[in-house]
This record gives sequence, C-alpha cells and structure tokens, in this order.
Amino acid sequence: MIRFLLKGILRDKQRSLLPVIVVTIGVMLTVVLYCWLTGILNDSVELSARFSAGHVKIITAEYEKNINQMPNDLALTGVDTLMLKLKNEFPEIKWGQRIHFGGLIDVAGSNGETRAQGPAIGFGIDLFSGDPSEKERFNLAKSLHRGRMPIQPKEILMSEEFSRKLNINPGDTVTLIGSTMYGSMAMFNYTLCGTVIFGAGPMDQGSVVIDLEDVRKALDMNNAASEIVGYLPDNYYNEEKVDKLVIKFNKLFPKSEDKFAPIILTLRQQNDFGKMIDQIKQIGGFMVLIFVFSMSLVLWNAGLLGGLRRYTEFGTRLALGENYSHIYRTIIYESLLIGIIGSISGTFFGLLISLYMQNHGLDLGSIMKNATIMMPAVFHARINTLSFFIGFIPGLISTVVGTALSGIGIYKRKTAQLFKELEA
Amino acid sequence: MKRIAIPMLILCVSLTAQNPSAKEIIEKVDKNMSAESRVFTSKMVIHNPRNTRTVESKSWSMGETKSYTEYISPPREQGTKMLKLDNLLWIFSPATDRIIQISGHMLRQSVMGSDLSYEDMMEDPHLLNHYTGKLEKEEKIGDRNCWVIILTAITADVAYQTQKLWVDKDRFIPLRKELYAKSGVLLKKMELSDVLQVQGRWYPKKILFKDVLKEGEGTEFQMMDIEFNVKIPDYIFSKASLKK
Repeated sequence: MIRFLLKGILRDKQRSLLPVIVVTIGVMLTVVLYCWLTGILNDSVELSARFSAGHVKIITAEYEKNINQMPNDLALTGVDTLMLKLKNEFPEIKWGQRIHFGGLIDVAGSNGETRAQGPAIGFGIDLFSGDPSEKERFNLAKSLHRGRMPIQPKEILMSEEFSRKLNINPGDTVTLIGSTMYGSMAMFNYTLCGTVIFGAGPMDQGSVVIDLEDVRKALDMNNAASEIVGYLPDNYYNEEKVDKLVIKFNKLFPKSEDKFAPIILTLRQQNDFGKMIDQIKQIGGFMVLIFVFSMSLVLWNAGLLGGLRRYTEFGTRLALGENYSHIYRTIIYESLLIGIIGSISGTFFGLLISLYMQNHGLDLGSIMKNATIMMPAVFHARINTLSFFIGFIPGLISTVVGTALSGIGIYKRKTAQLFKELEA
Repeated sequence: MKRIAIPMLILCVSLTAQNPSAKEIIEKVDKNMSAESRVFTSKMVIHNPRNTRTVESKSWSMGETKSYTEYISPPREQGTKMLKLDNLLWIFSPATDRIIQISGHMLRQSVMGSDLSYEDMMEDPHLLNHYTGKLEKEEKIGDRNCWVIILTAITADVAYQTQKLWVDKDRFIPLRKELYAKSGVLLKKMELSDVLQVQGRWYPKKILFKDVLKEGEGTEFQMMDIEFNVKIPDYIFSKASLKK
C-alpha cells in the first residue's frame, strides 16, 4: 500500500506539491534557526574561551585559589617540559602559553618624569614564534585600529581607548611597571606600535598585548607561564570531549600535595561559565521550542487544509465502496510520506544554508561597534547532531497530527450528501 | 595595721623605682635605634614559598624624612635606586632609565618581594614622636628579661596604628615586635637578634621580618655594617643622584 500511496503522491502533483513545499520550507526554517542560535551561543562562549578561559586551562593549584588577582608568583614553572608532555599526550589539542598580569603603564613627559599613568591588564601571548594561533584567537590583525602589528621584541599593542586616555600614539615609548614572579618591582620600556579595538568593553578599557618572551623578561618568568590554554581541534567547546581530556590529564598528573603541581580546569569550571553555558542552553532551547511550536501550528494547519481540500474525494471514495477506516489510514500514511519527504528536503536545504553560515558567518561588527559587553562581531551558524533531526518534529509529527485531526471528518461523511453536493 | 602598711608602701615604692615608665623606655629605645643620620650596607634574604633570594643594598638616611637606597646585587636589581623624601618615593630603574614616583598605598607594597614594605625599608621614625606607650607586663625572650610595651599612634602618618614591643630590660633594644593595623589585625612580626654595640649604642644586626598576610618563611634583614651620625652630602637626597 505504501508503494501505491508513494506513486500517488509523486504522480498527482496537485495533491502533493503544495504540502511538500510547505513542509520543506517549515522544516528548512526550523533547521536554519536552530543552527543559527546554536552558532550564536557557541560564538559567545568561544569568545570567552579565546580571550581567557580556553576550552581547558592548566594552572597551578595555588594559582587557582587567587585566580582573579593574577598571582604570577604562583605561576606554572618548567613550562617547556610540560608543553612537550601535553603535545605528546594530547596531539589533537592546540595548546598555548599565556601570562596574565596587572600593572601600570607610565608615560614620560619631555623632562623624563611621569606625564600620564594608568592601570593596565596585560596579556603576554606568542606573537613571534611563527605560529599564528594566539594572534588569531585574539583577532589582533582585524582589531588593529592605528599603527601596525608588533614585528620585533619590545613592541606593544594597546587598546585604542587606553591610548587615548594616556594621550599617546604609535611610536611613543611607554614604561610597564609591574611585579616580577618573585615580587620585585619590574620596570620595562616598550614602543607602542599599534592600537586595537577588541569590541568588548572590559578589554578595551585598559589592556596591553605583549609578546610572551618579552613579558617573561620583564616579569622574571623564565620558562614560566600563568596558564596553558587548550582548544579542541574544531574550536568548538564540546563538553564530552573535554571531560574525556580531563580524565586522561588527571591520570597523567594525579593530585598531589605539591601546591605548584599543574591542575586542569574546563571552561565550565571557570568563573561562572558553567552557569552561563546552562543559561544560554536553556534560553536557546526555549527559543527553538517556541519556533518549533509555531512551525508545528503552521504545518498542522497545512495538514488540516489538505484534509479538508480533499473532502469531495473522500465522499467519492466512500461512494465507490471504500470503508471509512481504510480512507483514514491511507491519508495518515500519505501525510506520513509527505512529512518524511518534506522533512528530508527541508533538512537538506536547511543544512546547506547552515553550512554556508557556519563557514562564512555574518559580520555584524559595524552594528556592534559600541557594544560594552563581550560579544563576537561575526556570528556563525553551528551544525550539530540535533540539526539533522530537529526539523522532523514539526515536519513529521505536526503534519501527521494535523491530518489525523482533519481526517476524523471522514467518519461523518455521508454518501447521500455527496450526490447532493455533486448535483449542486 | 601600721605593721602591714609600711612594708607594702616600701614594696610599692621599690617596684616603681625598678620599672621606668613606658615613655622612659621608649626614649632609651629611640636613642639606640634612631639617629640623626645612618649609612649602612644590608642584605635581605627573602624566603619565598618557591625559592630563597638574597638582595644587597646600601642605604643613607637622614632623620625621619630623607632616605636613599642603592641596590648592589643580584644583577637584575643592581643599579636600582630609591629616594624617599617625606611621603614621596622615587624609584630609578636602570633598565628603563626612568625615574618613577610612587606614593600612597604603593608605599606599603613589598620591596623586592620581601616581607618589608617601602615604608619599613626606608623609614626610621622616632617612636616617641609618633606613639604613646603603655607598659603592659614583663616577659622573657630566651634568657633576656623584657618589658612588653603597647604603642598606640598619636599621629596619622604612621604605617602601623599599634605596635607591641618586647624591650630588653638591660640593653633597651626591642627583641620582638608585632605591628598591627587600625582594625587590630596583626600585619607583621619582627624578631630582632645579634644585638651588638655600635658606636656606644646597642643595635640588632639581624631582623627577621614576617608579613603574616603572606606565605613564606619571612625575610632576614642583616646589617653588614652600619655607621651612625655621619655627615651625608645633600646631593645624595636629590633626584639627580638617582641617575648617577
């Protein structure tokens, strides 16, 4: 019977084309919206991961206790060996060393005395090794506002807002006053080579980016780093993969009494990211639910209309001797087939659009120029396992339920009335 | 009644005669510890949770307001100079060839990662000018008999609101100090030892500073040599001398 119905659907375009188109469009929109929302939420989490948390972060147990104070006296040491071990054991993960530090940026006047001074948050990242990963994570090239990228040691990037506050321009010399790993006062001169706009309030207020080795020299942190951040290969935070990584790491570096032993933190375990991820998922899930529900109503309605449109056909079939339940069963099967065809084609087109959005994204940087919260400028869609199935909820279930409800009318259909209708 | 009262009176009088007042004790402590001018070479052995470092410096100070320190070693700190005039402090770093002024709460920051703040390092206050004392009790530190004196600040420009001193009864040198914040929180502990006679006064050669809010085993401050009341040229206490 299924083959018979399928032939009917394919051959009788008038009966099937419109419902299939409606289901396809509905499902496609559902899939695109789901992937889009997932992508936006993922981009927001990824932004925090790129700048601060990583997908995982390795620090010392003691550093974790005062992590907000950036206590570099409690930083990781022997980082070269640790990095080598991490790269061997977790070759799929992209690792990066960083030094976070606080300090003062001091600008000298013509007489050599302090002309301007301001507190700064510093990021020591790899700028010169040839591996562009960290520069890309900080989106430095695109964020450059004035001047150029650092090309040699002792060059510094500063947030544009901060440079305006200090009234300095690319080419000027600034002095970083900080604290070494051993607590001594550290003073180091740098040349401001460029200013950047990160598009995120906290980063733009007063941050500087310096090459990791330069910071090491300034803060007496030879072969040391505040943290080692790790990123999954596709730059997508996947809790399952991260949890597996953590288990393996904890086997390699079992808990010890040594307060300077490395420990691993997932993005979820840092600050309030766990809560944020859960809230984002809940809000995203709720939004998708509303859309799926709305689409379900549309497709349900389409199912109802389809049923009503064929009221005369049902009367004729009854007159020809087909019984009520057989007609009811066949229209249910038909709607099921239409639902499957529409859901498959809708999912296919939805995934195509989402794939394009996943790879290219939508640049909203110009709209978000003045944003004060940390939000990404380019929004990407994100395809995950659920993207392949989410469209089937409205596409299949709603169509079938709509048809099932409208099909109840078949049982009230009277053959005698049909002839009156035909005569009219 | 008379038979009891008279011996009691004699006992009281004799006890009072044995114990000088807190003010007298502080005066004698000041005479030992403070001077019109001082020149000394010192060594700080800083015990951090991770390592132990030694920093050597030479200091010149005049009264309570002028102080100048030049770091001799290790190489990373060599040539760093600090000048303190009243409440202002300038630091010269040879790496940057810059003189940076620090003031306010920065003066309470640690010097070279030690348990000493810039104030601890560069101040030489006459206790009597800034504190009023109260003799609390007598206690022994090792085999030395001490008076325990509580000092309460009478001026606002002191780093510690309250100090508790264990003063050696014979040499009038504090052998232990506890330094408290306005809130009553204990901030630092000091153990003073190796008391020697220098130019007719007793002076501790070694002081163990312990910032109780900081991890580690504290900082040993050792006087390598010290001279009191020497003539120091005025140019030493000028910003020009920082870059020399």
